[in-house]
Amino acid sequence: MKILNCPLNGPRNISEFTYGGEYHAMPDAAKSSRSDWAEYIFFHRNPAGPVIEWWCHTASAYWFLAERDTRNNEILRTMPVAEYLSEQQA
Amino acid sequence: MTPRTTELKKHYDVVIIGAGGHGCATAYYLAKYHGVRNIAVLDKSYLGAGNTGRNTAVIRSNYLTEEGVRFYRESVRLFQDLSNEFGMNIMYENRGQLTLAHSDAAVRSFRWRAEVNQHLGVRSELVDVTTIRELVPHLRVEEDCRYPILAGLWHADGATARHDTVAWGYAKGACDRGVEIHQLTEVQGIEIANGGVSAVRTNRGRIHCGAIVQAVAGASSVVANMAGISLPIQSYPLQAMVTQPYKPLLDPHVSSPHLHVYVHQTSRGEFVIGGGSDPYPRYQTQATLEQKEALAAAALELFPFLAQAKVMRQWAGTTDMTPDYSPVMGLSPVKNYYLDAGWGTWGFKATPISGKMMAELVATQRVPDLIAPFDLARFQRFTQVNEAGATAASH
Repeated sequence: MKILNCPLNGPRNISEFTYGGEYHAMPDAAKSSRSDWAEYIFFHRNPAGPVIEWWCHTASAYWFLAERDTRNNEILRTMPVAEYLSEQQA
Repeated sequence: MTPRTTELKKHYDVVIIGAGGHGCATAYYLAKYHGVRNIAVLDKSYLGAGNTGRNTAVIRSNYLTEEGVRFYRESVRLFQDLSNEFGMNIMYENRGQLTLAHSDAAVRSFRWRAEVNQHLGVRSELVDVTTIRELVPHLRVEEDCRYPILAGLWHADGATARHDTVAWGYAKGACDRGVEIHQLTEVQGIEIANGGVSAVRTNRGRIHCGAIVQAVAGASSVVANMAGISLPIQSYPLQAMVTQPYKPLLDPHVSSPHLHVYVHQTSRGEFVIGGGSDPYPRYQTQATLEQKEALAAAALELFPFLAQAKVMRQWAGTTDMTPDYSPVMGLSPVKNYYLDAGWGTWGFKATPISGKMMAELVATQRVPDLIAPFDLARFQRFTQVNEAGATAASH
């Protein structure tokens, strides 16, 4: 059993969660081109290494972010979205 | 088939990254049909060590889109003659493939697939439960189960072959024509000058090259990133397993997209059980108990007698999944850098035709019609090829 530490519900079995894809900063809809949107929607870094990604605790429908190393499947940290965004702005 | 170990030359006309089925086939057709022989096929591991030897060896062309059916139809035709072409038995067996519908929606989509397939000369038909019982006498078709079988899509062209031999045959044919295959030669960097590739850096030194083809299923994003190219791919493991051998009792390949499982019996007697990709991406081929349990439970729904079977081996491959379940092949934003990527769970069955088309592209620098719909730029144009027939076990 692999444990994911949910910022809202605490440590839970990873099978209780739904993977939501890599975190990508959303382009400004008013200013971006079709090509920027294609990039945002379809393309991924897909790195062999640490990546920030969306996860949802399925039963409570709570979305948050996790940093995970795709080479060894180690979850480096989990955080509420607001925490990550304020970190990015700082 | 062990490629000769030689020193790396300073220059090759074409460097192919990845000595799997696709890479070796590309080298083979370049040498055979286009007179391009100064080729190095590089692999960080050994010949066929990646997904070439990890897939479940299913060959079929019963796809849904016209683009997909045309492409895989040609691949099946090439497969049928490969043993003769190689002078090496790839153990091609035309067993047929049966896909099961457990819902009205699946029956509708099977009718659609059968129509598209027949229109393009591929043998697919909708069959009822009586026919299914005749095709697969040991399949559980009773109605008192969780997901009763309503109908099937019978694909008489479905086949299997020994996957390693496909890579070995292409590798041998390529080497006989002067191609060099370098194992344990890892590409660590790609050098770009004037918008095109000029050299690759490897753990054995730097090589100048006129063109590069990347054919590295399971590491497509990582290698493309060295050339500064971003891809619409996420890499997920796909787990499979085989049981102990039994007497021959299952002839066709049977798959159930609803139960996320497919089963066939090899000519050695083992039951191969495969399913959908893992629920989230990893660059790891380690097993998970959840996925193995789910696979076993689904296989038992179809073949209850397997409850007694012992699992002999399990493994995983890394599937480079694209948003539309079609490959990403052809030109890239970098001149002379060609992509053979995004092979998700549908790469082995495309081996011969991919090699042939990539060779034509590299030699003529014109995109063959057959692969034009699969170019990377389709995502910028929003003209994806939504291939709902791509995976036998999910979607």
